[in-house]
Amino acid sequence: MTRKARAIIGALCALWLTAGAAGDPADQLPNPAQEGRARHLFQEIRCLVCQNESIDDSEAQLADDLRRIVREQIRSGRTDAEVRSFLVARYGKFVLLKPPFDTGTALLWLGPFGVLAAAAVIVWRRRPSGKLADEPPLTPEEQEKLEHLRSS
Amino acid sequence: MIVELGAFALILAFALSAAQAGLSFAGRRGRNASLRGAGEGAALVAFAAIAFAFASLMTAFVTSDFSVLNVANNSHSEKPLLYKVAAVWGSHEGSMLLWDLALTGFGAAIVLAGGGLPTNLRSVTVGVQGLLGVLFIGYTAFASNPFVRVPNPPVEGASLNPILQDPFLAIHPPFLYSGYVGFSVVFSLCVAVLIEGRVDAAFARWVRPWALAAWSLLTIGITLGSFWAYYELGWGGWWFWDPVENASFMPWLAGAALLHSAIVTEKRGALTGWTVFLGLAAFSFSMLGAFLVRSGILTSVHAFAVDPKRGSILLGILAVAAGGGLGLFAWRAPDLKPGGLFAPVSREGALVLNNLFLATAALMVMVGTLYPLIYQAITGQPLSVGAPFYNLAFGLLMAVILLVMPVATLLSWKRADAKGAVQRLWAAALTVVGAVALAFLLQNPKTGFAILGVALGVWLIAGALSELAHRIRLGATTLSDSVTRLTHLPRSALGMTLAHIGVGVFVLGACVELNGRVEVAKVLATGETVGIGAYHLTLSGVSTVEGPNFTAERARVDVNGPSGPGVLFPERRFYPANRQTVSQVAIDVHGASDLYVVFGERREGAKPTWLIRAYWNPFARLIFLGPLIMALGGALSLSDRRLRLVAGRKAVAAAQTKAAT
Repeated sequence: MTRKARAIIGALCALWLTAGAAGDPADQLPNPAQEGRARHLFQEIRCLVCQNESIDDSEAQLADDLRRIVREQIRSGRTDAEVRSFLVARYGKFVLLKPPFDTGTALLWLGPFGVLAAAAVIVWRRRPSGKLADEPPLTPEEQEKLEHLRSS
Repeated sequence: MIVELGAFALILAFALSAAQAGLSFAGRRGRNASLRGAGEGAALVAFAAIAFAFASLMTAFVTSDFSVLNVANNSHSEKPLLYKVAAVWGSHEGSMLLWDLALTGFGAAIVLAGGGLPTNLRSVTVGVQGLLGVLFIGYTAFASNPFVRVPNPPVEGASLNPILQDPFLAIHPPFLYSGYVGFSVVFSLCVAVLIEGRVDAAFARWVRPWALAAWSLLTIGITLGSFWAYYELGWGGWWFWDPVENASFMPWLAGAALLHSAIVTEKRGALTGWTVFLGLAAFSFSMLGAFLVRSGILTSVHAFAVDPKRGSILLGILAVAAGGGLGLFAWRAPDLKPGGLFAPVSREGALVLNNLFLATAALMVMVGTLYPLIYQAITGQPLSVGAPFYNLAFGLLMAVILLVMPVATLLSWKRADAKGAVQRLWAAALTVVGAVALAFLLQNPKTGFAILGVALGVWLIAGALSELAHRIRLGATTLSDSVTRLTHLPRSALGMTLAHIGVGVFVLGACVELNGRVEVAKVLATGETVGIGAYHLTLSGVSTVEGPNFTAERARVDVNGPSGPGVLFPERRFYPANRQTVSQVAIDVHGASDLYVVFGERREGAKPTWLIRAYWNPFARLIFLGPLIMALGGALSLSDRRLRLVAGRKAVAAAQTKAAT
């Protein structure tokens, strides 16, 4: 065995930095509609041990386990909402990349839109109330200046 | 020796920045031209000193001087030269030095290019820029010094993370930092006009070229990073709403809002206070980003080595600089005079709407980025705010404002005819109908969102072109007259059209790519084939290749499809210095779309097999082309303003001559 080949085998044991393992054909559900739902859910579920990746992107062992759980649940006929609440019951809200709307996250979901609405109301109410009259005609001095500028 | 000189130059630059601030303010106070001049001279020399320090650190990296801690931690003697150079800004300490280089570079630029500014304003601007220099160069020199030596130098360095060893990533930080820090000039100018009480239409004209330059550089920087993620990380993602990406997106959004509000201030004298606020906010967001990336307070794939002490110092700098600027604004804002009147339906009204949405977008990104921190502090529970949140909330916000963008550009100042503007867009509307019909016929598989994306993208592009056609009176006059009008258009007008086309190109690419992507994965032995869309990929061989600092397993993948045969060489590279394996994606470009092939792990068996993943990413190129067009539009607009600056200088000179007589 050459040194290079050994290096490559060593590489296989080293840390993987490539991602996208969710598409591994060996794990896919036979029903394409179910597999599609699973893939969609994967994108909403956080790989809990990773920095900031969904289980659709991550190759960590935990992401692999979570994918297996999600696929298993979908295969057994659970709805997306049921799968989500199962995961939340197990791992907490942290597992969802799209936080559910509740009292604790209302400010996150509605805050920016609320600020937009409030700002729009303020801008509307404070709009200049003066009448948009036409500009007053030029004074004779201004007229003279204009002629001067035009001729130069 | 050169390293010690570099360390000395860094301290010198710190002292010079302090002198720059002190002399400039003293010169302004005593109306003393020599002191002002000395302050400006200090700004120039501070830049020279930082440039020297930067060059000496680069020398240490290029010569692999492992007695320098930063080099030992981030470089390796076998690394290619480009990555030795890029490693200078690959670490926390080095990237702060790059930040300082940009900061003093822009300080020198104010001195060299700010001739059109009134003398007092210019002195205060240079002085404020000096204060920023004191904060950031002081931080680099005393809390994050890249020139620290180690007593027992290692024989070999720890090398740079292999996924960072990439030409695009090598040039990504210089653009990004120039953009981030470019807003420092805008910040200094805003503080100066607040101090001098000169918040008026002229201020908007002074601030605009700097904002354009910073925004265009930031656009390029973000795009380079995004493109790198797309082809390097190996699953075709290009934007992850990661906290660090958000950190760069916030100043970008604030800068985009600023570019639009400054037009209203310049043309109509309105929104003056708001424009100043955005100018302060843009650089405050840059500093917030620097804090978020370096403090380790947020979990992110990009975070530098975490050090809470440095984080708290950066938080202090953020509080002093941003707090000072915004506090000054709060104090001075009530004195600002309201500007020209305008009806709700007018160009001004449309730009106010633009600003409401862009500012809300920046706020949304900030809230989403900081929410998990605040939530955890209050409830003790961690929370995730990730891509699916932004895709929904941010997508909704942007869809509204983008829909009205083509109409907005056709409204006239003061009071506009909305119906007339909409009617002028008939050609654009017809183009959208045609494009949607075409997309419906050709697209496979069909997805509603992709078709909506086509509609919105084409609407933006055709709308921008309609505005241009209206401006040159295409069809309403002779063709030669239209061409004459086109050649006489101010570059800022063309810049706007180009930037808006860029937005449309991006929207088109992003929507189609996100919703129309096709993916296959199959375990193949050599000689076997997998199909994706109209293409067939055959793994025809695997070989071992020796790189400069890696060993690679390289696949030969033959591509057969409508555009004839082709061949791709995706790799898996093993970097012994880091003991890391990195996938090197191969991309076959078909027009605007990509065939993206990833060579996966080897699986032993009776016959060795490999996992091959392939993606068809329709219109993926447009995602990166769009922002480059936007940046080009910004640069074109900037080239127009340069003439204005000269004109401004002439006007100042004329006024001075007049005053003297």
